[in-house]
Amino acid sequence: MAEGLGFEETELRLGLPGGGNDDASARGSGKRGYAETIDLKLKLEPAPAVGEDEVANEGIAAATAEQLSSSAAADGKMKRSPSQTSVVTSDPEKPRAPKAQAVGWPPVRSFRKNILAAQTEKGDRSAALVKVSMDGAPYLRKLDIGACNSYDELSMALEKMFSTMKESSCVPTYEDKDGDWMLVGDVPWEMFVSSCKRLRIMKGSEAIGLGGKCKIVS
Amino acid sequence: MTYFPEEVVEHIFSFLPGQHDRNTVSLVCKVWYEIERLSRRTVFVGNCYAVRPERVVLRFPNMRALTVKGKPHFADFNLVPPDWGGYAAPWIEAAARGCVGLEELRMKRMVVTDESLELLAKTFPRFRALILISCEGFSTDGLAAIASHCKLLRELDLQENEVEDRGPRWLSCFPDSCTSLVSLNFACIKGEVNAGSLERLVARSPNLRSLRLNRSVPVDTLSKILMRTPNLEDLGTGNLADDFQTESYIRLALAFDKCKMLRSLSGFWDASPFCLPFIYPVCAQLTGLNLSYAPTLDSSDLTKMISHCVKLQRLWVLDCIADKGLQVVASSCKDLQELRVFPSDFYIAGYSPVTEEGLVAISLGCQKLSSLLYFCHQMTNAALITIAKNCPNFTRFRLCILEPGKPDAMTNQPLDEGFGAIVRECKGLRRLSISGLLTDKVFMYIGTYAKELEMLSIAFAGDSDAGMMHVMKGCKNLRKLEIRDSPFGDAALLENVAKYETMRSLWMSSCNVTEKGCQVLASKMPMLNVEVINELDENNEMDENHGGLPKVDKLYVYRTTAGGRDDAPNFVKIL
Repeated sequence: MAEGLGFEETELRLGLPGGGNDDASARGSGKRGYAETIDLKLKLEPAPAVGEDEVANEGIAAATAEQLSSSAAADGKMKRSPSQTSVVTSDPEKPRAPKAQAVGWPPVRSFRKNILAAQTEKGDRSAALVKVSMDGAPYLRKLDIGACNSYDELSMALEKMFSTMKESSCVPTYEDKDGDWMLVGDVPWEMFVSSCKRLRIMKGSEAIGLGGKCKIVS
Repeated sequence: MTYFPEEVVEHIFSFLPGQHDRNTVSLVCKVWYEIERLSRRTVFVGNCYAVRPERVVLRFPNMRALTVKGKPHFADFNLVPPDWGGYAAPWIEAAARGCVGLEELRMKRMVVTDESLELLAKTFPRFRALILISCEGFSTDGLAAIASHCKLLRELDLQENEVEDRGPRWLSCFPDSCTSLVSLNFACIKGEVNAGSLERLVARSPNLRSLRLNRSVPVDTLSKILMRTPNLEDLGTGNLADDFQTESYIRLALAFDKCKMLRSLSGFWDASPFCLPFIYPVCAQLTGLNLSYAPTLDSSDLTKMISHCVKLQRLWVLDCIADKGLQVVASSCKDLQELRVFPSDFYIAGYSPVTEEGLVAISLGCQKLSSLLYFCHQMTNAALITIAKNCPNFTRFRLCILEPGKPDAMTNQPLDEGFGAIVRECKGLRRLSISGLLTDKVFMYIGTYAKELEMLSIAFAGDSDAGMMHVMKGCKNLRKLEIRDSPFGDAALLENVAKYETMRSLWMSSCNVTEKGCQVLASKMPMLNVEVINELDENNEMDENHGGLPKVDKLYVYRTTAGGRDDAPNFVKIL
């Protein structure tokens, strides 16, 4: 996928907290990468992690103390404290670490969950037609970003529309609700769909320095 | 007082505020027991299996209003398997036999059938109010029966029920002679209703004060209805999607302008941001606002609207409002008493636009806040301590950090100190839900300080039996304890068995309790039903042994005078 655009960072993945995501975007904007995840492998791993994590914890604790002014959640370096680490072990006294999505968690009534699921399926989707302009192209296009479910699909849809995207270096950008021009791919997909008002594919000199090639899914 | 005639004693009893006091006076002597029971009008049964319906009806033959609750709270989150129980039929049948003066029935988390609704509708000539909350098992045909036969119906209030849709016919079943409606809430009905029938029904209901429409009702119908209901106090809108023309907007605005008595607004199904400005004129008078079913509204839409709602006391929103939106709430809504912030994204590893900062802002601005339900992805002890100091008036505090076992986002520590501050400062706390990384220490705090606590919900918390023991020992007023995925076992379960008789119920799922422990409990406490619920699940790894004994998947313990129930399914074992 498009390396320059950091699509991996916005992927919804399941991994241990602090699992390698070093995105430390600013807090107030509310546009952060996913820093915390839970590893599906958690319950199968034997105990050895305990000692290492505890040593790592001290180092991290010191580092964290220095970072108090910044959002600890977003710095991706948060390790669990020892008592939580021990949950990973096969100690029979502790319940297993929760599976990725434990049954009945989060504690939201199914009625509410179903309504929200139905609404986000129906609502935004049909009304997400946005104008797409490509630098150098004489005509604009319209694309239903609601019909896509991910940045990958968006990329494919754009590629279908503008076949020259394959060849040249280009960077997709979009105008958000506040009127700012943003790089496509920074924020979670759902947030992008709801805030994107129009798309612009930048090419040529303007595109340089913004993230390089706009690579298409192979 | 025994020298007074019965009517006088009865009259004195009528001043007693609640069931609890009436229960107490009925213990004084046989005479008082008799006077009290024959004059009792309102009966509340917190657990439908705590007492047999026949016994209730026998004791209170003149009751007018009955409330019955069925499944335990965690049933809301699919932790109670279907067919577990909580059937309304025995209650309705018993009342039909022994208490035909019944006028009001309220049920929560129960299984209600169309047959029962029909029996209800046809049996009680003075029936006037049916309130069903989080129930299931019935269809719109049952509602048709209610509409057709309850000539004096004043209240039909359906909240978040699973109702099978069998067409729009039911609403047309209200006869032309039915003019008594005060409250109609069909927001949870999935299907369409006939707009004409609805408009006519509203037109002939001059006493209508509360109306909550469902998602199918279009804007134009809403406008027409509002023109007829200038006295409406509570409105749940229908569909507010963006399909409509300018004239529709204007009609809606004119209609809202008529509703000077409107105090509470909800619904907003598929709401488009474009419709909101037409609602701004009523915002200044609103005390209640529920926007929690409108994921289509973003933070700026929400804040623009809420900034007008200066009298707001109750606000339900989605976390789309974001921290900056909560700051607007904090500065605009000085009278806020209840806040609920629901997640729009249910992935625990996801991301939420609200954090501890939003909640701190609220606590600074809304000093009257007493009831909170807050879903977020992170919290800190420092924030909780600040919040506790700012808002010592919390009676209900429910915090749900979406990732189980997540520590303080700044310090990596457990959140024991934060919740400790909450229970220490909020001396009137009656309900508490905790989350995040928590050790036994938080339970020590809860046991020490939360003296008024009645309901406690625990998930993925604690280190050992000591945690639960602190709670069982210290929380003198505890009525409901529900625990999931926490390391509490038989020792904790059996530490204070007498206490269960002072409580309504205990729920423990995915803990370390074994069947042996449950059997010991059952044998020591015959006044309890100890239900062991073990579902058959291929993915279930409950073969794990704990001290050589199989762990119990789900345990539900409750006091009862009814003995073991005979309607339990095969996966429920009552010890």
